[in-house]
Amino acid sequence: MHLAHYLGLLHRAQVNLADAFRQVADAHAEEPDIEHLCQQQAKRCDAYAEQLHPFVVRYSEDAPDEPDRLYSQLFTGTRTGGIGLLRDLQDLYLMAAECDITWTVVGQAAYGVRDKDLLAVVRRCEGETAIQLKWLRTRMKAAAPQALVVAD
Amino acid sequence: MVDRIADPWGERTPYGPGQEWPVRVDRYLADGRGDADVDRWVQSASVLHSNGDALDIGVAEGRIVGVRGRAVDRINRGRVDPKDLYGWQANHSPDRLTRPLVRDGDRLVETDWDTAMGRIVSRSKELLDGPGGWGHFGFYTTGQLFLEEYYALGVIGKAGLGTPHMDGNTRLCTATAAAALKASFGTDGQPGSYTDVDHCDAIALWGHNVAETQTVLWMRMLDRRRGPNPPTMLAVDPRATPVAREADVHLAVRNGTNVALMNGLLREIIRRGWYDHDYVDAHTLGFDELCRITDGYPPQRVADICDVPAADVERAAELLGTSQRLLSTVLQGFYQSNQATAAACAVNNLHLLRGMIGRPGAGIYQMNGQPTAQNTRETGADGDLPGLRNWDNERHIEELARLWNVDMDTIPHWAPPTHAMQIFRYAEQGSIKLLWISATNPAVSLPDLSRIRRILKQPELFVVVQDLFRTETAELADVVLPAATWGEKTGTFTSVDRTVHISDKAVDPPGEARSDLDIFLDYARRMNFRDRDGQPLIDWSGPEEVFEAWKECSRGRPCDYTGITYEKLRGGSGIQWPCTDEHPDGTERLYTDGTFNTDPDYCETFGQDLVTGAEFTEPEYRAKEPNGRAFLHTVDYQPSPEVPDEEHPLLLTTGRTVYQFHTRTKTGRAPQLNQAAPDVWVEFNAADAARFGIVEGDLVGVSSARGAIQARARLCGIRPGVVFLPFHYGYFDQDPADRTPRAANELTITAWDPVSKQPLFKVAAVAVTKLADGRGVPSPAPTVGGSAPPADADVPPTVGGPAAEATSGKE
Repeated sequence: MHLAHYLGLLHRAQVNLADAFRQVADAHAEEPDIEHLCQQQAKRCDAYAEQLHPFVVRYSEDAPDEPDRLYSQLFTGTRTGGIGLLRDLQDLYLMAAECDITWTVVGQAAYGVRDKDLLAVVRRCEGETAIQLKWLRTRMKAAAPQALVVAD
Repeated sequence: MVDRIADPWGERTPYGPGQEWPVRVDRYLADGRGDADVDRWVQSASVLHSNGDALDIGVAEGRIVGVRGRAVDRINRGRVDPKDLYGWQANHSPDRLTRPLVRDGDRLVETDWDTAMGRIVSRSKELLDGPGGWGHFGFYTTGQLFLEEYYALGVIGKAGLGTPHMDGNTRLCTATAAAALKASFGTDGQPGSYTDVDHCDAIALWGHNVAETQTVLWMRMLDRRRGPNPPTMLAVDPRATPVAREADVHLAVRNGTNVALMNGLLREIIRRGWYDHDYVDAHTLGFDELCRITDGYPPQRVADICDVPAADVERAAELLGTSQRLLSTVLQGFYQSNQATAAACAVNNLHLLRGMIGRPGAGIYQMNGQPTAQNTRETGADGDLPGLRNWDNERHIEELARLWNVDMDTIPHWAPPTHAMQIFRYAEQGSIKLLWISATNPAVSLPDLSRIRRILKQPELFVVVQDLFRTETAELADVVLPAATWGEKTGTFTSVDRTVHISDKAVDPPGEARSDLDIFLDYARRMNFRDRDGQPLIDWSGPEEVFEAWKECSRGRPCDYTGITYEKLRGGSGIQWPCTDEHPDGTERLYTDGTFNTDPDYCETFGQDLVTGAEFTEPEYRAKEPNGRAFLHTVDYQPSPEVPDEEHPLLLTTGRTVYQFHTRTKTGRAPQLNQAAPDVWVEFNAADAARFGIVEGDLVGVSSARGAIQARARLCGIRPGVVFLPFHYGYFDQDPADRTPRAANELTITAWDPVSKQPLFKVAAVAVTKLADGRGVPSPAPTVGGSAPPADADVPPTVGGPAAEATSGKE
């Protein structure tokens, strides 16, 4: 059973996303809403990772060796300025999208193993990850015209 | 005669439930004049707070000489707030601006209108030339102009220049009220009416010190309290305000914890079976989710988070839950605090759960701080679209495009209109290059003032200021335009409960000062804005024409004005929108049949996540199938972005005194008001004061991560761990060589609610140090209002003396 690998993947993706949210919060602290909401979302990601952890442990007992090339790197540091902010938010968006689809995949597996506890965690976290995506999209939509067309 | 400084609320006229509020006509004429010395009375309404009190302006020899309340008015029944009673004298100040000013190096020099407008127009045309030129313009207006002026400004911005960067200082006072009404009920617009005070059996005041912010509304509440079968009263406020002292239950919550309190109260009401099951079933969406979230807030947890006794939370829930006709009023204690929109929505939830909406006595006032704030929200001069339209609804934009005969693409609608704090951020970054500020004073009223001053001083930013005086902001402008004010121009404005009043011109403005409408129309003419057919976009010449145009814009929308005319407003007592052919006398209450404005084709928003502000899309909204039902929105409590730590151990809250308004632009120039509260002070609880070795009158340094100020200490009834500063005091009346920092906003944090974008003025963490001994001289804080010292303190009472003597009632 390979569920442990996907749980591990999701766990790491959430930890990475939390870290990226914190980096963007620090890099764009002059945008107070970005700073505040990125810090807030980082904490949420921490909480998701924490909730996943017991399942990672539980299913690792049945796991064969980890397959190759499971992990990918999406975030390589922050940028500055108006366009920099857009690019950083877009990176966060892609990372959150990866988490989002991984929750879906893990949720399907939870059905497969008839694990109601895992399914409850997936349902809760999946919904909030969707909100993260929506917020990032909302913020980018508002910022894009000024950053790309107006700013010098 | 009544000294309305010593007694801002005047004589009681008690009345019982269901009775009409008795008339009491307040009047103040300066210089010992009597009624016989008045040539004529000109109809108007209050402009120094949001109550909407109708009054007449007394004119003699071409000058304003006093005011009196309008007995026929449905809102005040003749009463006048002390700010309005005395504040008009500022119109006559010798330092009124009478000619335009332009910057010449480090000075502002007098010039003529052609030169001043010429500079603005040539800079505008230069900036507009090229792709994205619209994005260089920002407009920051007020809650003080008239409806006609906002609508003209909205058309200039949205159809002329095509910029979304327009907002008002209503962002600081009323944005959360609008956001909460939209989120819960589908569109903006107050469900209730001020007459709900006459019918209610319980009043809950959520972060609203109504006694000082809207004294006439408080008189109405007090008169019910002194009459037979008085309503019970609940106050939520960290300070011992007059409201808190009057209330049967006072919850002095720790700043920034309102959502935890509300969740706890809603949980009790559900658990004890005090909610209206049938109403919830038929008229709301989201009950299960509300139960799931509020279930996590038992009284003891609420008590721990909010630092109030658990038993008081239970008492408050019982007061709310067992009332038959509940009236709620909400203001800055909720709006300028952590999780503002969520907390304000929770009050709406309370009324929806209990079915307390749309009938006499069951009202909600999501209040405004400013008199014409409602109009900015309706006309599109702030971060909304005209006629309470939805920026994300293509059909709504098409309607506007048709109305104005412009291309749909001209009207910015790719995202919500830019909010004030973001406008200043774009100015800081240099992409907004022309910032036009009308009738507001951000150099004192916005958070983190050193940053705001830095932004306004940037040489690349062209700043236009339109005002009555050389305010702290005007001093930093490139062009200053002298504006006419209330009493010197005609227009309409709308109060919190949707009552439209007319304010007629009583006297001429001083010198070359012009009405704000004339200034905006002049700009439009000089910019030569054209519609799709090459005709002038704006061809109005006076307020009544603009009002008629606005009526067309409002047609079919919730704020339908089509049944109102200037003629109908004159002589009468104000008309509540919607007012149409079918409802020619207006509409007292909305949602009387439990059907809300949540239809996807009609609603003002497709909704937002209350935690992040994420916008939901039209398909997502339609999938909810609201079918006229209201939304119950609930979120978990989260701590403020700034909480006390070792370095900054106290929480700062800011607010108003009964005698001053805003940054004292007018009240600071009215002698009676100025003398009653002449300088800043800082309020301490006795236990905190003892801890820091501070006694009444000591000079105290208050500092945050942003800045530091000095103020004299008042020991009073504020809750432990919290200090209070009035936000009015800037620097215009201080000798530049001898200035000490005293503006509360030197300390406040740049942060805002994710949904309403209203700044969080009430949750800064601060440190305090004693700087000098007061040597027995008390602080300049009034003894009236929230800053009242304990009865045994040796502080002389605040009085107005002979100069403040006003008449009241039958006198």
